[in-house]
Amino acid sequence: MNMMTGVPPWERLIRPDRVHGSLYTDPEIFEAELKNIWYRTWVYVGHESEVPNANDYVVKSIGPQSVIMTRDEQGKVNLLLNRCSHRGNQVCSFERGNARSFTCPFHSWTFANDGRLVGYAFPDGYEGQDKAQLALGRVTRVESYRGFVFGSFAAEGPTLKEHLGGAAETIDRLVRTSPEGEVEISAGFLKHRVKANWKFILENECDGYHPAFVHTSIFGVADSMIGKLYGGASTALTRDYGNGHTEIDLRPEFRKRDAPMSWFGTSEERLPDYTARMKTAYGDSAAREIMIDGTPHVMIFPNLFIAEIQMFVIQPLGVDDSVQHVTALQFKGAPDLNRRLRQQTMGSVGPAGFLLADDSEMYERCHRGVLARNPEWIFLGRGEKRQRQDELGFTVGHVTDEVPSRGIWTHYRKLMEPA
Amino acid sequence: MLSRESSATLMSAITAFLYREARLQDEHQYEAWEKLWTDDGVYWVPANGADIDPERQMSIIYDNRSRIALRVRQLMTGKHFTQTPQSNLRRLISNIELMDEQPDNGDIAVASNSLIFESSLRDDTLWAARNEYRLRHVDGELRMASKKVILVNNDKAIYTLSFLV
Repeated sequence: MNMMTGVPPWERLIRPDRVHGSLYTDPEIFEAELKNIWYRTWVYVGHESEVPNANDYVVKSIGPQSVIMTRDEQGKVNLLLNRCSHRGNQVCSFERGNARSFTCPFHSWTFANDGRLVGYAFPDGYEGQDKAQLALGRVTRVESYRGFVFGSFAAEGPTLKEHLGGAAETIDRLVRTSPEGEVEISAGFLKHRVKANWKFILENECDGYHPAFVHTSIFGVADSMIGKLYGGASTALTRDYGNGHTEIDLRPEFRKRDAPMSWFGTSEERLPDYTARMKTAYGDSAAREIMIDGTPHVMIFPNLFIAEIQMFVIQPLGVDDSVQHVTALQFKGAPDLNRRLRQQTMGSVGPAGFLLADDSEMYERCHRGVLARNPEWIFLGRGEKRQRQDELGFTVGHVTDEVPSRGIWTHYRKLMEPA
Repeated sequence: MLSRESSATLMSAITAFLYREARLQDEHQYEAWEKLWTDDGVYWVPANGADIDPERQMSIIYDNRSRIALRVRQLMTGKHFTQTPQSNLRRLISNIELMDEQPDNGDIAVASNSLIFESSLRDDTLWAARNEYRLRHVDGELRMASKKVILVNNDKAIYTLSFLV
């Protein structure tokens, strides 16, 4: 650490093909990340479908901070900080509900669900006080993209659309899986805690090198077709969209199969209702393309992971304490598909999931591993010599290459370095 | 109502069954544990409360019989890294109650509490749960037709739960 400023020399810690182990374990770096990443850039908070009706609310987070996502009476989505403007008590203690206002239990200050202070007990003691100065804190900027609500604590900076950049197209692809063009987040979240730094999770989401090994136990017994997608002969790609967003693009493999719904290990025949609705909505030809390509596998920096059939939200609580919030993706107008998505998700992910229990074991072992001081580096050079640009100018590599990690660290360094 | 004697006999058989299940789980005797299930067994560990609809909402585990078998087969590979090495486990089973001796469908409703001490590579973890069973006599032996494990902290973020709970 640079003793004068408390800021480490990032160019020494982050190199093109390697990063320093202390980036995952140094508590001062974690504090700097909260400031420069979590409390500045666009962070995914929640989905509009979680607050469908006026006065609905759901408690979410940005890093360790509790955020209440409300839909006020005008239908606007607000991101309010769960902290009474009087003495700091949490004003909301329930995970979800429907409420026009939140009353702090400490001294009975009451806030409307758009954040306004509407009253306090024994108001004669506050003679001349302007209530407008005592509203709930709020996330400075709130924007949503196709129902996905993001917040940024920075008053100025890139718009959400600019932040998403090329990765916005993956969300477009995702919502087209619904015959009505909308994702719904309605199945509740599993909350899986790991004793590991959040960046081990972030980097693993588009690491196509590990599945053949970490998930060998389930691929071996479950007749899974996933294993082949991540083999040496796979034509699937890793992609760096810039701004820290990364993808594993499985479409080349699914297009080779040329079978609608094969991406989900099923077929049109098994989902007749869904297939009919998709053809009505998009026409036979476009529906067929959508149903061959499947949903994306994309990590929106820093915390939204769309994993084909489920959605993860990464929450850092401490340098070695993280939570993965995960739920099945649900597509509006697709009840038969949704049921299978829930069943598959419950088997695969969460604390007892066939896949995620092993991924999470790796996160925790990596965290303990990097506490050893030699070698000091995490080596991320896989595929550096064979990566190339795709037709849109994004860097792509073999599905097992470390294009995503290198992309994430390039963006990370930009955010962490003083402007 | 069963007579006092037959009720005591049933209670004693149920207690022995639950202790045996606990020992098989603690000692990772996966196949022997799997044999405790009926052919239509359902193994359910809800999330976010005790009374969610598992057909609509996410559960930590919601296994039908074939998925129970898959879970056991994964553990048997020796490459399920979260259980390689295996957690060291001991659990206490208590508050065993016969909730319904003769329900309409013939299954016996039983409940217990459990406290599980897990020692794994990550750390030592204490788990606590309410367990609700439907037991059934099959060929003269008790079997589990359903087991619902309601973790006390299932509304919070919990660590990996990869042993048999």
